[in-house]
Amino acid sequence: MSVAELLDALFPDGHAVREEGGLVLGGARATPGEVAVIGIAGGAEVGVEAAHALAGEVLRVVRELPGRPIVLLVDTRGQRMSRRDEVLGLNGYLGHLAACVELARRRGHRIVAVVHGDAVSGGVLPLGFMADEIHAVEGAHPWVMSLPAMARVTKIPLERLEELSRGSQVLAPGLDAFVGLGAIEPPWDPPFSAALAAALARPAGPDRRAERGLERGGRLLAVFVARCVGGGDAHGP
Amino acid sequence: MTALGHRPPPASYREATARRRLAGVLDRGSFRELLGPAERVTSPHLAALGLPVAFDDGVVVGAGLLGGAPVLAGSQEGGFMGGAVGEVHGAKLVGLLRRAERERPAGVLLLLDSGGVRLQEANAGLVAVSEIMRAVLSARAGGTPVVALVGGGWGCFGGMGIVARCCDAIAMSEEGRLGLSGPDVIEATKGVEELDAADRGLVWRTYGGKHRYLLGEADLIVDDDLTAFRAAAQELLARPRPLDLATLEQEHDRLARRLAELGSCADAAELWRAAGAPDPDRLPLLEADEFRSAVAGVRRGEP
Amino acid sequence: MERLAFELESPGRPAPRAPPVVVGVVASGTLEVLVEPADLPGRCRVEISTSANGFGEIWEAVLRDFAARNAVAGLALSVNDAGATPAVVSLRLDQAVEEYLGQVP
Repeated sequence: MSVAELLDALFPDGHAVREEGGLVLGGARATPGEVAVIGIAGGAEVGVEAAHALAGEVLRVVRELPGRPIVLLVDTRGQRMSRRDEVLGLNGYLGHLAACVELARRRGHRIVAVVHGDAVSGGVLPLGFMADEIHAVEGAHPWVMSLPAMARVTKIPLERLEELSRGSQVLAPGLDAFVGLGAIEPPWDPPFSAALAAALARPAGPDRRAERGLERGGRLLAVFVARCVGGGDAHGP
Repeated sequence: MTALGHRPPPASYREATARRRLAGVLDRGSFRELLGPAERVTSPHLAALGLPVAFDDGVVVGAGLLGGAPVLAGSQEGGFMGGAVGEVHGAKLVGLLRRAERERPAGVLLLLDSGGVRLQEANAGLVAVSEIMRAVLSARAGGTPVVALVGGGWGCFGGMGIVARCCDAIAMSEEGRLGLSGPDVIEATKGVEELDAADRGLVWRTYGGKHRYLLGEADLIVDDDLTAFRAAAQELLARPRPLDLATLEQEHDRLARRLAELGSCADAAELWRAAGAPDPDRLPLLEADEFRSAVAGVRRGEP
Repeated sequence: MERLAFELESPGRPAPRAPPVVVGVVASGTLEVLVEPADLPGRCRVEISTSANGFGEIWEAVLRDFAARNAVAGLALSVNDAGATPAVVSLRLDQAVEEYLGQVP
């Protein structure tokens, strides 16, 4: 599904979104009203310029459009890997982006992410994975590292990794595994506009991904461990 | 023994284990571990792969005192799986930060020493890093400062490099390294022409404490010494950075200036020259004190 | 991975009860040792999880020497090993017991 098709499906009442250099920025009409649209398209890798532009757009929405919900679109093959990006402190730009999204949440902006393509590591951590709710549509493909590369790094033979990943939500690339871990919600059925309206209507709450991972059987220890260390119900007062 | 107490001999932060670092940074004898090794909450995913586990899954978390003030602290053990974050390891840090949100201690110290996501449990590790990021920012939004200390042998890379920059501030030693994609990862994916991971000088000037301090990515540069990191932690906890619009806009402008003024530099040495550092070729040779004064006028830190 | 368990005879008074300690790090060629008090008069229990399979007899010999050097009755030791040599194992075991007993005033 192209970004244009996705936008039409999400916002049948209209959208004014421009796509340039792998970034998707603009606004759209949803239920119950106007939303800001911020995202990454075409699997673009996130380098220092893109991270800074995305953060700037989040800050602009916070400053100029108080309380307006933000829909984050995610299709990224991860952080750009280059010496220059490291020299300039890409991790700092991504940390800043994540902080901007958190600021928006604190100031009452509802934040819903829609994964519609790749969702990889440094590309998804500071934007899509910072949302209150992280949804997916057909074509969503979250992953960390390809199995052949993983085999090289971990020195576990590829055949063994392939065999293990078939039964393991912690190793297998793809949406099913991340749904099982509680990180992403099961893919939406059409009409996407209705699914988005429902997501926007739910109140924001604390990060409950680990609880969903426990319910879905993908992460059996995270909740227990966080509660043992955190005390209480581990979600603040 | 005098009334002033004694000053311990210099002890390398880098060479110390995660537990020893906590003992050296916090008030003597004050640390109380939460979910310690005797609880044996180990990684089921490593066990399933037939790999050795550690009783603490490579991270020590708990409560202690810093200069008499109550703090929470987490310390990653780089020796175990490169300090990498798996399900249990990550959940311990998340729990620590959620405790901070409830208890509002004077601060949280994160002694980071990590290659990032633990690939043997890749998906769970990535999600855990995401949960740590949210928990750090949530604790900060609740008014508890979070300070990162980076001086371990594994540096601070991958998602943990982002976590470090979600904190209020970072203290680094010259020997510490901080970044996103580490040298081995860049060489493996982009080739040795992009970054030669065996070139120690190049790796140091790209990721090392001096470059990060000059760039304004690290707030303090300290000697590789436990007492120096202790002093840095106290200093940084005393000047938290509010998570508000004005502060983030200021940071946004600072990062914009970096792109505009230094964005054409693909190498750190080139960047130091462009930043106006005096005698940039000499910078690698300077002690931390001399280095701080040498770059005082050109450092791109907070206004 | 291989799991081994041994019970070592250790005459003399049982070690005093103290909080558990862990010594060492699980990294290639080394190991961690967790020492805890246990209700084991005259004996010390050692449980080992090791990445190097087939070295049971060597472990037994190393542990017998260890028990002869130290008064370890009433202790339970748990080991996560990533292929340490017998010399490293002996050193860590001694350090672990020393650190455990060092807590007792």
